[in-house]
Amino acid sequence: MAEELADQPVNSADTGTTFAFTEEQADLRKAVRKFCADNFDEQTVRTLMESDPTFDPKVWARLGGELGVLGLSVPEADGGVGGTLVDQAVAVEELGAALACGPLVGTVYLAIPALVAAEAGPVRDGLLGEVVEGRRTAAFAVADQAGAFDPDAVTVTATASDDGYTVSGTAERVVDGVVADEVLVAAKGPDGVGLYAIDATSTGVDRTALATIDLTRPMATVQFSDAPARLVAGPDEARRVITHALQVGSALLAVEQVGAAQHMLDVSVDYAKTRLQFGRQIGSFQAVKHRLADMLVDLEHARSTAYHAVWALADGSDDPALAASIAQATCSAAFSRISADAIQTHGGIGFTWEHQAHLYFKRATADAVLLGNAEQHRARVAELVLDTADGDRPPKVAVGS
Amino acid sequence: MVTSMSTAADSDRVADLAKQVVADHDPKAVPIPEFLGASFDAGLSWVHFPVGMGGLGVSRGLQAVADRILQDAGGPVPLGLNPMGYGMAAPTIREHAQTDDVKQAWLRPLATTEDIWCQLFSEPGAGSDLAGLATSAVRDGDDWVINGQKVWTSLAHRARWGLLLARTNPDVAKHKGLTYFVIDMHGPGVETRPLRQLTGAAEFNEVYFTDARIPDLHRLGDVGNGWAVAMTTLMNERSALGGSGSRRGAGTISEAVSLWASRPDLQTPVLRDRLTQLWLKSEAQRLTSERSRATATVGGPGPEGSIGKLVGAELNQQIYQFCMDLLGPEGILYQRYSKPGEQRGEDDWRGPIQQRFLRSRANTIEGGTSDVMRNILGERVLGLPGDLRADAGMPWKEIPRG
Repeated sequence: MAEELADQPVNSADTGTTFAFTEEQADLRKAVRKFCADNFDEQTVRTLMESDPTFDPKVWARLGGELGVLGLSVPEADGGVGGTLVDQAVAVEELGAALACGPLVGTVYLAIPALVAAEAGPVRDGLLGEVVEGRRTAAFAVADQAGAFDPDAVTVTATASDDGYTVSGTAERVVDGVVADEVLVAAKGPDGVGLYAIDATSTGVDRTALATIDLTRPMATVQFSDAPARLVAGPDEARRVITHALQVGSALLAVEQVGAAQHMLDVSVDYAKTRLQFGRQIGSFQAVKHRLADMLVDLEHARSTAYHAVWALADGSDDPALAASIAQATCSAAFSRISADAIQTHGGIGFTWEHQAHLYFKRATADAVLLGNAEQHRARVAELVLDTADGDRPPKVAVGS
Repeated sequence: MVTSMSTAADSDRVADLAKQVVADHDPKAVPIPEFLGASFDAGLSWVHFPVGMGGLGVSRGLQAVADRILQDAGGPVPLGLNPMGYGMAAPTIREHAQTDDVKQAWLRPLATTEDIWCQLFSEPGAGSDLAGLATSAVRDGDDWVINGQKVWTSLAHRARWGLLLARTNPDVAKHKGLTYFVIDMHGPGVETRPLRQLTGAAEFNEVYFTDARIPDLHRLGDVGNGWAVAMTTLMNERSALGGSGSRRGAGTISEAVSLWASRPDLQTPVLRDRLTQLWLKSEAQRLTSERSRATATVGGPGPEGSIGKLVGAELNQQIYQFCMDLLGPEGILYQRYSKPGEQRGEDDWRGPIQQRFLRSRANTIEGGTSDVMRNILGERVLGLPGDLRADAGMPWKEIPRG
């Protein structure tokens, strides 16, 4: 059963999302926020996003080893802290608010959930321990159709070799592909599609960095030419493992969007309280105030759907595919709109390179597309909800007599 | 916030009491007032109220535990039977009535729905600027004498009691000269007339006061403090209006989805995406209500209830607009408009889609316009500065009116 995964506690009698964070989770939030204030202030983010690599491996290692927030839902037996996805979400929300630099999408949102879902074995266990500790980073080179796995779209091939496997082919637009130490790739072998781990520095791996609209979220084209690979999940379980990773990734990405959107609303509200025009604070004008109110509504809706997806995945209280699509459809649209409205609220200064708004607007633009955009997730929701709807008892329609 | 041991114990107690009420007074067998009276006596009408006042003094969030058991057994939704009574009058009485005797005398018949309540706030000259209202209350011995006109009063024609906001001092700033009363709608000098609305029905009323009298004992809160008391009522109103169904897909969106599913001949890809967006917004609002209930406390609702009111009202309009656009030419047919005095209009909500569509135009006006809701979110939740006011600091009687 796909739900019986190691990072999911046994489902209790809960019948709905609880939405209640524990005191430990409140402490965790504070600790991550403090770490971000110390290590991911705006100037640091600006420096790192134009550096090579685009993050600080020493700080990343501290996120893993010292703070322990890279694999919060990884079982203790696998080197994690044995928390839940809710704990991971708390950390991601704060990291998202700060635009924390590092391979979060590849490593934390996708590779770690995939490794956790895969059956135990030397390859999986060894790699999981290293990425959770922050000693190695990973990218996830699996093409998705709006956050869902499509085995037919896999073009990379795997071949058995004397001492394992080799893979060949090209993975396009791999997030964190330039910086990752390890690439998890879906590849088609004689028995079907499997998930393989490839050391990014080994022979037969050629990575081309791509210029991206969001400098904090680098991408690469990764070419494999008979690159040596280790099997993480065979064809019998790869589909389940990858689907789980994409669903967890969608939920965590949604939470990141909420954290960043909250920051944009905070910055905009502060500005509307201090900026004076016509001799008064611009936030006293209803045109400005009402836009900020609408941003608040969008944000609170996004927050509810993101948390719901996280809890649904953590305790199995809702269909994970539907919950993830509700969250992605809502949060992608909300963060895009809120970050755009933040620029508008700031007026001219909001369009400068100097102001932070563009960093978030660009993150929103990239996040909206990753793991499926709002329109694609709406299409999924329509399939799941409208196509199964019951029209046996429609409301009364007047007919003119 | 963690579910504490005491909350868990309270939850069990609420559930046990509700099961007892259902066992002793089968809602399918006994009259509604008896069943609701038993619920009141058990402290299940408003669980966060004090013992003896229809409550148990426990967390407001536990009301859902009681309601589920009472309603699953066939009990009525009391908010639907006495909306202003349950949603607005009860919390205001609880907080501001002068004596426990008065509170008890009002609350129990309110809870049983033997006494229907109405709210006398809006006036022809005071809508969004409610604090500018003109109905006067003048002290005369132990009584107050009321003169003026109220408007948009639902259920005034059936109400026994009305929540009245009136001006007791025209010489001070508008918010400071108001006092809050409870008025006997059956008393002399109170005249209720139906107000025909754009659906053709008359769901609301105009209420005229000509030397109507209120004993001072029926004043809620201090003289001149009516605005603060009214805020209790309004916060509860918005929270009541915004509370959406807790089941996924329930509420207005269910009408659009089942209409859609019943008419494959009318489906287009553009309408399909529009309906999905509406479904998603309904779901996001439902989850937001659930989230705010999960963190609710013994105190009353906060300004975040305004999110539910704002979104619920706009969604309702958008959903009915969608239904009309789906129906196309069929949508512009109607039953027939009722004539004045023919229909009171309480059935507007249950009428055909076209009638609900027309009725939904009121959603963004009644209970606080969406424009005012956005001001509240901006000022009370986000802490933005208020707008410049042309009447700031002026005595009420000097403020231009028209």
